Amino acid sequence: MGKGAERIVIEPVTRVEGHGKVTILLDEQRQVQEARLHIVEFRGFERFIQGRPLWEIPVLVQRLCGICPVSHHLCAAKAIDHIVGADQLTATAHKMRLLMHHGQFLQSHALHFFHLCSPDLLFGFDADVAKRNVIGIIGAHPELARQGVLLRKYGQEIIRATAGKKIHGTGAIPGGINKNLSLAERDDLLTDLEQIVAWSRDVVTLAKDYTLEHLEELAPLGSFDSSHMAIVRDDGAYDIYDGRLRACSAEGEVILDHADNQTYHHVLAEEVRPWSYMKFPFIRELGPRDGWYRVGPLARLNVCDYFDTPLAEAARKEFAAVTGGKPCNVTMAYHWARMIELLHSAETIDQLLHDPDLQGNDLVVTGERRLEGVGIIEAPRGTLFHHYRVNEDDQITMCNLIVSTTSNNEPMNRAVKKVAMDHLNGVETITEGMLNRVEVAIRAYDPCLSCATHAMGQMPLVVELHDADGAVLDKRVRDA
Amino acid sequence: MEQTLEFTIDGLPVTAAPGETIMAAADAAGIYIPRLCAMKGLSPFGACRLCTVLVDGRSQSACTQPAAAGMVVENDTEQLQGFRKNLIDMLFVEGNHFCMACEKSGNCELQALAYRFGILAPKYQYQFPQREIDASHPDVLLDRNRCILCARCVRASQELDGKEIAGFVGRGGEKHLAASSGCGFVGTDVAADDAALAACPVGALLRKRVGFSTPIGQRKYDHQPIGCEKELRPEKSSTTSDVQKGVAS
Repeated sequence: MGKGAERIVIEPVTRVEGHGKVTILLDEQRQVQEARLHIVEFRGFERFIQGRPLWEIPVLVQRLCGICPVSHHLCAAKAIDHIVGADQLTATAHKMRLLMHHGQFLQSHALHFFHLCSPDLLFGFDADVAKRNVIGIIGAHPELARQGVLLRKYGQEIIRATAGKKIHGTGAIPGGINKNLSLAERDDLLTDLEQIVAWSRDVVTLAKDYTLEHLEELAPLGSFDSSHMAIVRDDGAYDIYDGRLRACSAEGEVILDHADNQTYHHVLAEEVRPWSYMKFPFIRELGPRDGWYRVGPLARLNVCDYFDTPLAEAARKEFAAVTGGKPCNVTMAYHWARMIELLHSAETIDQLLHDPDLQGNDLVVTGERRLEGVGIIEAPRGTLFHHYRVNEDDQITMCNLIVSTTSNNEPMNRAVKKVAMDHLNGVETITEGMLNRVEVAIRAYDPCLSCATHAMGQMPLVVELHDADGAVLDKRVRDA
Repeated sequence: MEQTLEFTIDGLPVTAAPGETIMAAADAAGIYIPRLCAMKGLSPFGACRLCTVLVDGRSQSACTQPAAAGMVVENDTEQLQGFRKNLIDMLFVEGNHFCMACEKSGNCELQALAYRFGILAPKYQYQFPQREIDASHPDVLLDRNRCILCARCVRASQELDGKEIAGFVGRGGEKHLAASSGCGFVGTDVAADDAALAACPVGALLRKRVGFSTPIGQRKYDHQPIGCEKELRPEKSSTTSDVQKGVAS
């Protein structure tokens, strides 16, 4: 007797931040009918911060996440800066925030590469699942594991020096920063800096060599052509803290450039679908069907013109040479791109720690008050938008967040479906390694599922009735 | 020469002037009795009951009870510290105290007491009450979510500022602080530098736009538990022996 329709569930998706699951529906001919990434947790920040005083927001909203809270902290601070009329921060405030952000990139990227993804890359997608984890890495590659832990630790120490705590600090305040970097703090951080930069160079080489050596296997894994979006400086330079939106097509044609941050909603819109708590953003000009795009390390390298640090720029050129200067659409190339960014952050930290502006005492500016503000920043996982309106009494009346993983929602679903079609179609016996490839494609995006859930209204519910063979006999859907 | 009274707290000899409270005498002797509604310079109120001690075996609030010659006061006992811990715990669940996003964190007496007593999460069920914020005044904000009804602002306003900015309305669980005007604090003569604002032990009555301007590490309770500044021998206290040496949320 042949098998009936089957519903495969990967739950939870492992080695990512937050809780999600994947469902794959196979028909009676074992062909993939549908494959989706579902985010099964809910956040309500956009609603419950309404009424809170505006100066509380940068500290409050960073609780969205424990891995890259600095992104939300700084993005909210930038939006609130606009509201309090602080259009130009002092050099000390600006550079302290930059230092904090690069410290975060260092720790977040190190966490993702070494702790979450290196087991797939170093042991192989089909390796014994009992070994394919960070403990396995510590056993088989102890020096690499040590470097990963210490790179992350260094990034966290940067955050502590700038925000007061390694996680959920208070450094950025409306119009500036609440402390400078003392000479003692600077000297502490300088002690290990040379080693950090050297390890960052090494891991770029590791990621590059791995990608190029396995290109035949990696190139099709969860890959597809897509648009790419990030903020860049006015001259096209890579910048994770400040810049304006630029998007390009899969072939590199410019879709939008220098878009005004305060009116981002003129170029972007968001779609809600009933089966996910995540929204689906799209570029208005291209419409909801074609307007989706990728964000994060791969997109940033694709849209920027250059890095302003020498080692990262040399690494970027090597990366771009593989595709002849055109955008790279290989999902698994996210890892290599991410490590180039890690190197850039290490180099930038080096520059900043030698900058005497960090010891300045001019910390906060104010200006003419506004009732609305937008902050856009590049978080480790991609472009992050914070949009607030306030009333005359300083209370938040509206909040809209578009987080990186939300922008990567459509791409991750496409990656899941691509892997499922490539590896599960017509296969009689589905192995753990095959299903792991689905997770590998998701992990490439370094998704942060917990901060990406922002649907509104009644919780959608899907009930499916299966027979003994797993065939779907009936289905009821309650839309949101 | 003024007459002094002699009595004991936990077996230690303590002296007090006639009319002086047990708490004032304890402070002078370097003995910490936990408190929230009591504040130096304000009249005793006896609202929070954290300072409850046993006087010759009977419960009394140390902030209101005058010392008397020969009285035997028990303060640092397992039973009393347990009562206090429960009271602190109940204050947390009765309101909406989210320390992680509260600008008073690190300077908050309620939070500091929780750390001193080793409360990392409340054991009672959260009540999640619906409480309103009064942001009507251009320089002052009242967040009732964090108000513990200690009346320090009410007394400071009357006794130190010479004003009547607020009072209590409602009863039981509905009791709350209200500005002495029909349109909120904007209708009162409260000012940002009033003693009433400085008197708030929690993050309820706030000066606007201060926020998180004090960095972590420079806040009042970042480096030592609340009460240590009063204690001659903090290491002897049962509540500081093994709790709170770290940084607040």
